[in-house]
Amino acid sequence: MVDRLRLSRRSVLGTMTAAGGLGVLGSALPFAPALAKDLTIGFIYVGPRDDFGYNQAHAEGAAAVRAMAGVKVLEEEKVPETVDVEKTMESMISLDGASLLFPTSFGYFDPHMLKVAKKHKDLVFLHCGGLWTKGKHPDNVGSYFGYIDEAQYLSGIVAGYASKSKKLGFIAAKPIPQVLRNINSFTLGARSVDPTITTSVIFTGDWSMPVKEAEAANSLIGQGVDVLTCHVDSPKVVVETAEKRGVFVTGYHASQAKLAPNGYLTGAEWNWPKVYTDYVKMVQGGVKPPNLVRGGLKEGIVKTSPYGVAVSEKARAHADGVKGQFMAGSFVIYKGPLKDNKGNVVVAAGKEHGQTDIALESMNWLVEGVVGSLG
Amino acid sequence: MDDTALGWWGVPLAVLAGAIRVSTPFLFVSLGECLTEKSGRINLGLEGTLVMGAMSGYAVSYATGNPWLGVLVAGLAGTVFGALHAAICSLDRVNDIAVGIALMLLGTGLAFFLGKPYIQPQAPQLPAIGFGWWSSSQQVRDALQVNALFLIGAVLAPVLLWGLRNTRWGMTLRIVGESAEAARAMGYAVNRTRMLATMAGGFLAGVGGSFLSLHYPGSWNERLSSGQGITAVALVIFARWDPVLCFWAALLFGGAGALGPALQSVGVTQGYYLFNAAPYALTLAIMIATSSARHRLAGAPAELSVTR
Repeated sequence: MVDRLRLSRRSVLGTMTAAGGLGVLGSALPFAPALAKDLTIGFIYVGPRDDFGYNQAHAEGAAAVRAMAGVKVLEEEKVPETVDVEKTMESMISLDGASLLFPTSFGYFDPHMLKVAKKHKDLVFLHCGGLWTKGKHPDNVGSYFGYIDEAQYLSGIVAGYASKSKKLGFIAAKPIPQVLRNINSFTLGARSVDPTITTSVIFTGDWSMPVKEAEAANSLIGQGVDVLTCHVDSPKVVVETAEKRGVFVTGYHASQAKLAPNGYLTGAEWNWPKVYTDYVKMVQGGVKPPNLVRGGLKEGIVKTSPYGVAVSEKARAHADGVKGQFMAGSFVIYKGPLKDNKGNVVVAAGKEHGQTDIALESMNWLVEGVVGSLG
Repeated sequence: MDDTALGWWGVPLAVLAGAIRVSTPFLFVSLGECLTEKSGRINLGLEGTLVMGAMSGYAVSYATGNPWLGVLVAGLAGTVFGALHAAICSLDRVNDIAVGIALMLLGTGLAFFLGKPYIQPQAPQLPAIGFGWWSSSQQVRDALQVNALFLIGAVLAPVLLWGLRNTRWGMTLRIVGESAEAARAMGYAVNRTRMLATMAGGFLAGVGGSFLSLHYPGSWNERLSSGQGITAVALVIFARWDPVLCFWAALLFGGAGALGPALQSVGVTQGYYLFNAAPYALTLAIMIATSSARHRLAGAPAELSVTR
């Protein structure tokens, strides 16, 4: 029985040659150009696209693109940040004829996406992370990222009004600059309401650790924290735990309002539908997309969730006022004098770091009022 | 403010609460694996069974609105996987460890595939019983919210120990695990016994999985299990194939896992990577302390392919 299944090397080679020949024949047929009239766009996600978090935010952007005329959208989820993503990109390009690709996870960029982009110089690759450097990276590559800490600052204001114990909790994955910036902005927002407020931070160590996230949420609530927020891939567990334990929560990445009808205050969300449809319109119109796109509330790259039922009138008025200043581009979060939580001055008096300031992108401190440390 | 915060007392309380909350999947999987290994086979596929149980339990709870039905179906799904493992292993010259790894991948893959529509919806959850009514502190009351499954597991462990020692069934199982030839000579059906033991083990692992999705953390997603199934298999060796020791080992692991977040929440934030590694460091330390160069692992069934 085993012998019947065994293939000889000769027959395998023969079959492969025949299949290859068919492929060449197929590409020579005149069908392909007729089908290629639509712009084919590929979206690649690192996790499930309905995770109430990072990937869902991107998938909502992809859904908005799908609704446009003259496009065909491909999606693949749960693609690891390894050579697998190169294979996914290659198959989207060679088999489906994709000419615009959105590999959405941070770790796809270097070396995987750069390698594929160098090979296909006529296609456009747009990556979420804001990593593009002129001269160093190919010209057909673009990178985009948003200053979501503006929305976190507003969440902090709302949390500051909602908290009775004056203790907030932040469940974070890893102490990298983007995460620290969110923690600091959230804390500064809350302390602009009441300077006695503290934020306790728990680092779980990785982007998706459901049991540890639930444990962190429970420990924080046990210590008297009454508003939680997080920076992990999927805030679902944190939001559900907060609702179960009857404390407030602010969301991240996408809206989790549905999961916590009582306790959801507001949240910092990505606005990828706008960003992606803008990009696609550029490509359809024959305009080359810019290599680096960044922005915050004003540019429409991030947004806030609608206020929950528990948000007071006073909190709404305060947050809306600051939001108006963000929209006008006149509000600066990191304004001296600022101390870190060890007492060192990190932003001197009279000094300001605007959102685009590159100094903020290597943030390695936690602002005064944060209970926690980086290592 | 002070009456809501326990400060340092929060740490042992959080570790205790964490031990009760986190340990249940470890407990069920390790009890199941203990039964299976006592019959002389290792089923490494319990990680896949756990994930499959989590998914099917969540799906059934969502579809029917009854979480206990979900627990039952999770157990049945586990039984099917156990039967599959036993059936393949009963063929000649099949390695149980390799089959286990294959079933682990099959179980997780199948659960991810079938579980796609259940990531978004919220299923009804298993209720918890409050044992903290005597305390005026909200923290103590929250910490003593004990799930019924944990209690079932806690009762099951001594019952299994008693059963293995004192009943005909238990002795048959142990003979099959110690010496298949002797069991055959005495007229016991080796393969049938192992089949039943592996199915029972699968049932328990499936129930353990349903705890993950139906109580704590209480939702289904593809990264729900961070290796709890595999850890529990290792716990059995750590617990020297004794169900009651499995119970304590599961509690120890749960509590050690809660140490990291608990310390960070009271402001001990230096070295949290080390605290997060506490369960594993602890295992290594105990393994080294109890190992011996002179004799093989005490309590190990002689038919296990790793000890033979």
